[in-house]
Amino acid sequence: MQIKPILSALRRHKAGTFLIAMQIALTLAIVCNALFIIHQRVSHLSEPTGLDEADIFVIQNEWVGTSTPQQADAKIREDLVVLRQLAGVQDATPSNSYPLRGGGWDDGIKLKPDQQQDTTGSTVYFADDHFIDTLGLKLIAGRNFRADEIAAMDVRDTLAPPQMIVTKALADKLFPNGDAVGKTIYMVGGPGTIVGVVDVLQAQSVDRWAAEFAHRSTIIPKRLASTIGTFYIVRARPGQLDAAMKAASKALFAHNPRRIINEQDGLLSFTEVRSRAYERDRGMAILMGVICVVLLAITAAGIVGLTSFWVGQRRKQIGVRRALGATQRDILNYFMTENLLISSAGALFGVLLAVAINLWLVTRFEMNRLSLVYVLAGVVILLLLGQGAVLAPAMRASRVPPVEATRSV
Amino acid sequence: MSGMFMHNLGLGAISLRRNPLLTALMIMSIGFGVAASMVTFAVFRAVSGDPIPQKSSQLFVPLIDNRGPQFNRHGEPPSALTYTDAMALMRAHRADRQTLLYPVSLSVMPGDSSKMPFKATGYATYGDFFPMFEAPFLYGNPWGSVEDESREAIVVISRSLNQKLFAGQNSVGRRITMDDRQYRVVGVMDNWDPKPRFYDLFDGNEFADPAQIYIPFTYAIDQKIETYGNNNCGSDGKRGDDRDSWLHGECVWVSPWVELNSASKVAAYRQFLDSYANDQRRAGRFNWAPNNRLRNVREWLDFLHAVPPESRISLSLALGFLLICLVNTIGLLLAKFMRRAPEIGVRRALGASRADIYRQFLAEAGMVGLAGGVLGLLLTGLGIWGVGLVFEPQIARLAHLDLSLVALTLLVAIAATVLAAFYPTWRAAQVQPAWQLKSN
Repeated sequence: MQIKPILSALRRHKAGTFLIAMQIALTLAIVCNALFIIHQRVSHLSEPTGLDEADIFVIQNEWVGTSTPQQADAKIREDLVVLRQLAGVQDATPSNSYPLRGGGWDDGIKLKPDQQQDTTGSTVYFADDHFIDTLGLKLIAGRNFRADEIAAMDVRDTLAPPQMIVTKALADKLFPNGDAVGKTIYMVGGPGTIVGVVDVLQAQSVDRWAAEFAHRSTIIPKRLASTIGTFYIVRARPGQLDAAMKAASKALFAHNPRRIINEQDGLLSFTEVRSRAYERDRGMAILMGVICVVLLAITAAGIVGLTSFWVGQRRKQIGVRRALGATQRDILNYFMTENLLISSAGALFGVLLAVAINLWLVTRFEMNRLSLVYVLAGVVILLLLGQGAVLAPAMRASRVPPVEATRSV
Repeated sequence: MSGMFMHNLGLGAISLRRNPLLTALMIMSIGFGVAASMVTFAVFRAVSGDPIPQKSSQLFVPLIDNRGPQFNRHGEPPSALTYTDAMALMRAHRADRQTLLYPVSLSVMPGDSSKMPFKATGYATYGDFFPMFEAPFLYGNPWGSVEDESREAIVVISRSLNQKLFAGQNSVGRRITMDDRQYRVVGVMDNWDPKPRFYDLFDGNEFADPAQIYIPFTYAIDQKIETYGNNNCGSDGKRGDDRDSWLHGECVWVSPWVELNSASKVAAYRQFLDSYANDQRRAGRFNWAPNNRLRNVREWLDFLHAVPPESRISLSLALGFLLICLVNTIGLLLAKFMRRAPEIGVRRALGASRADIYRQFLAEAGMVGLAGGVLGLLLTGLGIWGVGLVFEPQIARLAHLDLSLVALTLLVAIAATVLAAFYPTWRAAQVQPAWQLKSN
């Protein structure tokens, strides 16, 4: 295929050429970035919590009336007995929060008592000796808490648990040699010993501010005796989730009606917790997906429109070429190649634009750097789109009969 | 002139019908572009508007650095005050109005014992809260400094809570039991829910459900009512080991607000904050130079990034989208207009001036724009309905299609199309009559 005649023909259609190239460039720039955002969101969606999610549900239990922390703790212990006795319930544990909840308790961890700055932040999960089994966490080193190590703690007491279980991510950060069990670390109130390490336990927030310590969680042997309320994390027997959820709420009210379990979000299966936590991410991915598809369709429509116009304008020239011996295939190739040239120029500019937009997003919204794979994928998609869009008008052009050369219009 | 305009519109309509495919492509291109921009603009407008435009430059958040350069983040003082500093500002009483607040969640016992108790969330605050933020009252009045001082068990309730508890009747003087304590209703607020909730950004409540109760801060402290919001202690460890030492320790959890009605008062208040910090330094509590902040509503919203970044990103993308649709429209109009070069040649040869050609083609473009705008409007309606998929309900319900958005959609569509038509029209007007006639 000779490129030179195409180039000289394009010189006579500067505006149309420029418009198609611009369209390709802008679409490429936006599609790349949108694809990239979708990917980031979606990879975020599939991060593991470390929980055995299918059988777990969460009760947000709030107390009616005032009580002392001691009374609150007594009520929690009674409730746990009630929950654990239920036929459909395998185990239950009280906590201040749970992964994907959105808020909870974060604190700093130090390696030495006199250290000024924290070594790292960490999500703190209050727990009893049923916590690991209820959540289905994998203990990979050391041991679980013993029942006699669990104690009540008032919200305003100093945070100084004598024992702690940490996640592997936190253990690796604090003790890269892999010998965390038995080591002493310091929370704000004083020293504690790491007695065990669990594989994965995600932080309570998936927001950007918590990303720094996303999987660095600490489990402490305390029941948080908040006078406002508490969470019960419950594991149903396999396949009995719905029945267990209904039974649990009913049994708690039967035992002590002076409580509130909010109708909208007081009782949530972990599936619901997950979908709530990622509502915005999923929505963003859907929005971007819709924008990309519509955008590609519109760009394709624009190419069809302009190329059809060119074909109409050049019917006579096409007829002349056909009369001089060009085959239908030659004409088809001509328009396909023409489009490829324009699209490539547009794509080249689009790559630069895509990187520029990404840099702007990076500085403005703390997004990550665009990976080249996305740029390449975008280029391939747009070149294919251009070829696809030009196919119909080019086929029409190739069917122009040689006799057209003799017509005046 | 208007006759000529109608004639041009008529010509435009004929031409648009002659090329239904190109016309449909243009209308769709404009329609989708405008709709995408308008939907995201509606969300953006909903979340980034000034929640209290008439006063946003007179309301300030004073912040005091109680951590020092070693522990604060990026040199910024924490985003709320300790109880100690908050009370000092209230006692000093240097502003036109001042209030403190923290979120509370109390269990409400309905008068009808057959109903279940439920939680009501709201704020513990000072009486100045209501006039400062211009909260409207349906019945009764805000409480004043007398009640703040006498630390009474009183409550201002929201219209919806009044509906739930008292069937919407004037409940001033009636009693409510919350967390086993009896509160006397002093006022019922009318619907009031500024978004974002600028006064409680510290607790992440910018798009939370409306507050239902407001009780005196002084009473809440006396009764040891816990904060239902954030409590940020920093890492220097001075956070106490029981409620009392926590209350007087260095954890921040109280949101302060002051109203300052002139620039000189703002300057004076800054000086006052510095002299307070210097006093604390002399007393040995701080060992660093004063590092205070005094931000008004807009500055505070900006500083804490109260507008979700998602809506900003999608707004930028939608603008890019509109741009692509415009480029597309330019191309399609060019194709459409240039296809009619022979017709233009004939008109020019018959005496039409360039200006006539301009008018004819811009009128045609205007019609495309109008049609695109109508399609865009339908799609915008559809899109706003679909916003619930993308943003959480708290934000989605703020975005709505109102008259100004309808007008804006049509205006943007027509303006954009006419703008896009300038280049193709110019090209059309350059057509040489002689050349066109000859080739025919």
